[in-house]
Amino acid sequence: MNGWIDSILQGVMLGAIYALFAAGLSLVFGVMRLVNVAHGDFIVLSAFIALWLQRITGFSSPFLTLILLVPLMFLVGYVLQRVILNPAFGADILRPVLITFGLSVIIQNGLLQGFSADSQKLHGGKLEVASIALPGGLAIGVLPLLTLGVSAAMIGLLQWMLYRTKLGRALRATSADLSTAGLMGVNTSHLFAMAAGIAMVTVAVAGVFTGIRASFDAVSGPDWLIFAFEAVIIGGLGSLWGTLAGGLILGMAQTTGARFSPGWQLLSGHLVFLAILILCPRGLFPRRAE
Amino acid sequence: MNLLSVSKLNAYYGDFQALFDVDFHAHPGEVIAIIGANGAGKSTFLNAIAGNVTGRGNSITFAEEAISGLRSWQIVSRGIALVPEGRRLFSSLTVEENLLMGAYANTKDAWPLTHIYETFPQLKLKAKQSALSLSGGEQQMVAIGRALISNPLLLMCDELSLGLAPMVVHDIYETLTTVRERGVTLIIVEQNVRQALAFADRVYCFQEGRVSLTGRAGELKPEDVSRAYFGLAGAA
Amino acid sequence: MTTELNPRAIRVKQSSPVSCISAVGAALLVAFLISAPSWIDRGHLSLLVEFFYFLALAQMWNLLAGFAGIISLGQQAFLGLGGYVVFFAAMRMGWNPVAALVLAGVVGGLVAVPGALIVFRLHGAYLAIGTWVVAETFKLAFSEVKSLGAGSGISLLAAVARAVRIGPFSRDTVLYGAALLIALLSIVCSYVLLRSQAGLALTAIRDNEATARSVGVNSLRIKLLVFVGTGFGTALTGALIYLSKLRISPAAAFDINWTSYMIFIVVIGGIGTLEGPIVGTLVFFLLRQYLADLGSWYLIVLGVVAVVVMLKMPSGLWGTFAKNRDISLFPTRRRLFLNADEYADPGKLRA
Repeated sequence: MNGWIDSILQGVMLGAIYALFAAGLSLVFGVMRLVNVAHGDFIVLSAFIALWLQRITGFSSPFLTLILLVPLMFLVGYVLQRVILNPAFGADILRPVLITFGLSVIIQNGLLQGFSADSQKLHGGKLEVASIALPGGLAIGVLPLLTLGVSAAMIGLLQWMLYRTKLGRALRATSADLSTAGLMGVNTSHLFAMAAGIAMVTVAVAGVFTGIRASFDAVSGPDWLIFAFEAVIIGGLGSLWGTLAGGLILGMAQTTGARFSPGWQLLSGHLVFLAILILCPRGLFPRRAE
Repeated sequence: MNLLSVSKLNAYYGDFQALFDVDFHAHPGEVIAIIGANGAGKSTFLNAIAGNVTGRGNSITFAEEAISGLRSWQIVSRGIALVPEGRRLFSSLTVEENLLMGAYANTKDAWPLTHIYETFPQLKLKAKQSALSLSGGEQQMVAIGRALISNPLLLMCDELSLGLAPMVVHDIYETLTTVRERGVTLIIVEQNVRQALAFADRVYCFQEGRVSLTGRAGELKPEDVSRAYFGLAGAA
Repeated sequence: MTTELNPRAIRVKQSSPVSCISAVGAALLVAFLISAPSWIDRGHLSLLVEFFYFLALAQMWNLLAGFAGIISLGQQAFLGLGGYVVFFAAMRMGWNPVAALVLAGVVGGLVAVPGALIVFRLHGAYLAIGTWVVAETFKLAFSEVKSLGAGSGISLLAAVARAVRIGPFSRDTVLYGAALLIALLSIVCSYVLLRSQAGLALTAIRDNEATARSVGVNSLRIKLLVFVGTGFGTALTGALIYLSKLRISPAAAFDINWTSYMIFIVVIGGIGTLEGPIVGTLVFFLLRQYLADLGSWYLIVLGVVAVVVMLKMPSGLWGTFAKNRDISLFPTRRRLFLNADEYADPGKLRA
């Protein structure tokens, strides 16, 4: 019994990371219906930049790199959206998919050139191994718990932004009706770029937390992208809290599968995802009526 | 002095030309009706002023400022508001959020929400409901409220009465009368010719992308209007 | 007053002078290619084999995405499946390798049927990622199967490799012939499909599926046809690829990069045209020749080229070239021709 509880707990902790991966994607996919196939690669890129920043600044903790990383990634997202993705925006989803696919290849191979194919890791010091003891001989790592907190806080912040601020209202209006939003005075290309920038902020945070927790390399991106997408789709389009739930469900599915055999971890996640996709194509907690 | 002045407006959808050399002007405080058959270019005309449709080789001047070539989001902050054809409410927003979107460009001089609720009391009760859950007439009121909240100098309305019951249309035109009394200039595209002629000071008739007739509402003869509307010589 | 149109006044044509000339040219080229094994050396022959199989893969992805509107990021599932079927059938079931090739295709087509039932419930981005996940699932599943070598894969037994021959033709020739045939089939089948009624229906579906259905187009059946057909073809090609590589592993066979290459070729050449993938494959190989020494830079350049092409020339190299000149080497569109004499006289318009 303890074993099962442990699995669930570990699943929730793992799921928190997936939710962190997925938060930015949920915003961009939900608001702009934009499929950024390079999303996972941007998370990897953030982790590598954090690694590099830590080296050159000598910061004691990778978390400190966020001070520089967050504004940098915001800018990257803003410029990328404004210059490359906005012009390709339209009813045809093929163009953004293919363009971001190209970006994915560029980032991965750029990282391979710059950092080699070696596995990397951010070092979080004592935080990495600290844990809290629970009744029944179970334990939760402090870092995973922190990740869960940050993940929920991030989603909560995005939710607040989207539903309680003027910017969020404008974003939702623009995604509902682009040209009428223009009639209201919304500079839609600036707004989409803002959303992309905000998404990249979550990507930066995700990159640092994942980089400390586990090792990564130049080609880890596509795996992380799949987890992010699975979390968004399981949770339901347009719902940020749904994305959090989706991430947790995915994490738990994976750790449950891992109990049978390590090779089954990823497979069980995919199977649960496919099952939900077939049974509830719009996800578990969809918000939009479409 | 003209509030709005349009000279030789040509508008295109891709390669297809929808408007040909349209001349138009509006004085402050005037109510102008635009009539014409379906596809005559009336909506295109309003959208061209609002910056949603590209025009070529023309000039549009508003409050002494050239606005042709500006994007729609730049135009609204200058005091032009459009109630688009088909209402076009934001489906994922509540009634109140829809209204607030109208104030996006102009938060300083915008009407306070209470003002809108005074003009449209029914909306106050439904403020937190999804915009799509309202009846056609109520949705139209939200659309007008959304345009009014920005405190525009010029309000353009595209096919307000489309799909609405006569009593609802009557209420809406009552509201427009109050708007007019506040000194807002109105341009109304209206399918119902009688309604248009009764409400407006001046009338433009569009036919196949061109202005076929213009004049003061009270002075136009019915036969001239029919002819300009349908474009047939000597039609009844 | 009834009006019946004079049938002599109006004609629907598909071919044009340019296409007739190019048809002759194509026939000559094919004859030339068939004779190749007798006078081209082994190294160049295998390069041609690669060219053909990339061309076939690209044509099929193009048919799926450019014509049927199904953007699949999971075709590598069929490719790997085909490879594993041919290895399994040839080594564990004693099949003749060439027959096993065909079997691989058939298995691919069969798997595509339930695959379609799942995949067609999704649209757009969901479809794209869903297909990718299915392919990943295949990769993980095959990594668990011990009898197929699990994660490290298996090599083709030498005896089986030697058995890849038909009569007097050596292994190299047989593989070459199969590759050429598959490439030609991919072009010919696409062409025949698009010229047919089904092809017209596909174009309608691509433009607006709801409207197409409202005029009676059975979009589901046609999309299923295309999905199963490309499933068959991709699996067949995968079988050929691994018969020539002699070794298969899940990571290689189900690698997303297969789809990357298909996408790049089709995008750069011109999506939604039959000539596009041919142009794209040529560019792809040229780039590879010149940039091979640069390692990762080759893929970076490929990525940059794809992004730039998608932004500046969304119709690809061929599409941009052909669009304004109205040229089509494989004409699939129908044009209306009015017989000037009969049409000009209104009296003759009516029968």
